[in-house]
Amino acid sequence: MWPLPRPASSNAPELDALIYGLLVMTVAVLLLVFGLMLLYVVRYRAGSTLDRGSVAEKSWRFEITWTAGTLVVFFGLFLWGADLYVRLFQPPGEALKIYVVGKQWMWKVEHRGGQKEIDVLHMPVNTPVELLMTSEDVIHDFSVPAFRIKHDVLPGRLETLWFRADETGRFHLFCTQFCGTDHAAMIGEVDVLSGPDYENWLATAPSSGDLVAEGQKLFMRYGCSGCHQAGLAGGGGTVRAPSLNGVFGSTVPLSDGTTVQADDRYIRDSILDPSSQVVASYAPVMPSFKGVMAEEDLLRITAYIESLAGGP
Amino acid sequence: MSATLERNYLTEQWTLRSWLLTTDHKRIALLYFASITVFFFLGGAAAALIRLHLILPQGALLSHEMYNRVFTMHGVVMVWFFLVPAVPVTLGNFIVPLMLGARDLAFPRLNLFSWYLFMAGGIVGVAALFWGGVDTGWTFYTPLATDYARGHVVMVVVGIFISGFSSIATGLNFIITIHMLRAPGLRWFRLPIFIWTIYATSIILVLATPVLAITLALLAFERIFHVGVFDPALGGDPLLFQHLFWFYSHPAVYIMILPGMGIVSEIIPAFARREIFGYKFIIWSTVAIAVIGFFVWGHHMFVAGTSLYSSIVFSLLSYAVAVPSAIKVFNWIGTLHKGSIHFDAPMLYALGFVGLFTIGGLTGLFVAALAADVHLTQTYFVVAHFHYIMVGGMVSAFFGGVHYWWPKITGRMYPEMWGRMAALLIFFGFNLTFFPQFLLGMQGMPRRYASYPPEFQVLNVLSSAGATILAAAYLLPLGYFTWSLFRGARAPANPWGATGLEWTMPSPPPTENFATTPVVTERPYAYPPPGAEPTHAP
Repeated sequence: MWPLPRPASSNAPELDALIYGLLVMTVAVLLLVFGLMLLYVVRYRAGSTLDRGSVAEKSWRFEITWTAGTLVVFFGLFLWGADLYVRLFQPPGEALKIYVVGKQWMWKVEHRGGQKEIDVLHMPVNTPVELLMTSEDVIHDFSVPAFRIKHDVLPGRLETLWFRADETGRFHLFCTQFCGTDHAAMIGEVDVLSGPDYENWLATAPSSGDLVAEGQKLFMRYGCSGCHQAGLAGGGGTVRAPSLNGVFGSTVPLSDGTTVQADDRYIRDSILDPSSQVVASYAPVMPSFKGVMAEEDLLRITAYIESLAGGP
Repeated sequence: MSATLERNYLTEQWTLRSWLLTTDHKRIALLYFASITVFFFLGGAAAALIRLHLILPQGALLSHEMYNRVFTMHGVVMVWFFLVPAVPVTLGNFIVPLMLGARDLAFPRLNLFSWYLFMAGGIVGVAALFWGGVDTGWTFYTPLATDYARGHVVMVVVGIFISGFSSIATGLNFIITIHMLRAPGLRWFRLPIFIWTIYATSIILVLATPVLAITLALLAFERIFHVGVFDPALGGDPLLFQHLFWFYSHPAVYIMILPGMGIVSEIIPAFARREIFGYKFIIWSTVAIAVIGFFVWGHHMFVAGTSLYSSIVFSLLSYAVAVPSAIKVFNWIGTLHKGSIHFDAPMLYALGFVGLFTIGGLTGLFVAALAADVHLTQTYFVVAHFHYIMVGGMVSAFFGGVHYWWPKITGRMYPEMWGRMAALLIFFGFNLTFFPQFLLGMQGMPRRYASYPPEFQVLNVLSSAGATILAAAYLLPLGYFTWSLFRGARAPANPWGATGLEWTMPSPPPTENFATTPVVTERPYAYPPPGAEPTHAP
């Protein structure tokens, strides 16, 4: 039996190699440390008449050697771990977005087509998936050991996590950040389906309507269209507020001279806290929708704005 | 030497008043010994409940809520009322002035006041934990602890807050004592390493504890008045709490482990009858740990949503702080080389410390490696890693130190065979308890779970079996130490044939420690000391 569970995602093999590498190093050092200790306590036990001779002078030579040795090995391990982290956990360009909301003590999942589920996440195999995660109350953590992924889910923030499952099957989903009484019951499943099975599931799962279409309705209802141009319709031009056509995925210049990449988090932050990142040449007149717009509406409007990425 | 009716700090006076109002560092050390022993067994009882409960996947005896309260109590009591103070306030209090050739700490009354603060904090904290407790974990993460958890969060926090001032006062007292009260000729590089580690620990105590105080005060304010520091619903930032908390709590693990390293650095040369290897390197590595230890707190938050760049920097610094620990391990082993090694109980604990600390340290490298941390953090792997350092390391060192200085403190020898047996049993029980937890963590079992999927049961049962042995093994010393107080053989001045000023005075020491201030003319660890061989044959 291997100490790590069977890998089932694209990033697991390399990550496992790192852990096994660390394991080999650990065993080697332990053999050295325990071996030397055992050797010395036997050889130089009080009863032994072995000649102790003179104790080694110039101890600094040993010191320099093992200090330098440790430094080199440790630095190598650091580089290995950091390099892998940077490579594995940067999101790919194109990924299937799935929305996850943590709540004491359940996982609420919503798909682009409006399919909702609780404590289960259906997804297709061999497809990069990007989770857009937030919490309604305390900090949770979305963790799937078989995929070697784990990330905290925070209230008031959008965190992202991506992975690609390489195997179909059902895998444990754990909350690993202590979240109160029934923390241990906040267990779900990730159900990885083959492409056709996933399509089939999407078609049959109950849906509250396509997120983009729903988002477009909400865009009107919340009055966003009063100022922002979106699609061909809507908006009083670009006088009071920037057009949202082609914004998503672009680099937006801000009034403080910096720029920002317009991703899900930026759109979300701009709705909840508009004055923090004001687009260059516009006045900060937009009201905050914090506490006004429910989490579910927020992700629909964001999905709608994302759909405008290619222009009208 | 017959010391039967000799006047010493114990026989001086036997009224309750003479104990509760004493300013003698030796008596205060005993007050602390009594207090932290109670806290240790309290925290231990909570640990026993946890392990008992986890024998069954659905949980054997507690509700989820109760389980959460029990593990919170275990953490709070063990960290703040045992591990942090344990060595400095007991062995440190007793031995530091003796090692320095001083008559007391620099501020004897402040020392007594520290004990009262500690007791006040401990009683408030433990009362709250019994009164209904809290279910936040010892880490009090927000907004769980500020807005969602029920229970006496504020009261527990107040208890920790008060005892924090005891830590600060104790730290200050040691710093000033070590600067001002060294005997003539006792230069910095003639000091025993135990003194250096207590010094480094005190610096951390004084610098880091105020941050904890601020953090806990903000937490309490937020909980009572909803001021919106940490709760995002009120405009706060939950990660701010984690930064502040770990800015104290990471250095705090060095508060816990450094004095343990100091004890081991005394015991190993004493029982190898050989000068310590790399004296100055051990000292500088101690200082390095104390300094770098302040800049690694972010490694607790790699998956918490901090930036990529900060993660990389904290990972690098975490590897850096491991280097001085490795240096120490190599030097302890170097000390064994060409020694004449005796296997009395203190040495068994010290050797156990080196082994278990090495395992704890090496597994720390797993969670310091960014990518590996993603899989291993927040699982039992972290629990095992932490306990190898804290229980396998620090508690072993503490027990080693108590056995080593027991003859000096009490004037009685403990029964050596029992001592050795307990040491071996603790080593075995410990490994059986915590080694399976490394495997559980690798398999992905999350920590702080009151119930768990059935595939984790076998390893959990193994761990619980180990805990049973460990619990029994921890009770042994309580028994034979108590026995030795009344029936143990009288201890000579220097039963181990060790160096150090504390071994030049009678056991137990007279109230004023040194009738005439000693003059130090020698380097430390000059084994064999004059008049060398151990005067005690086991």
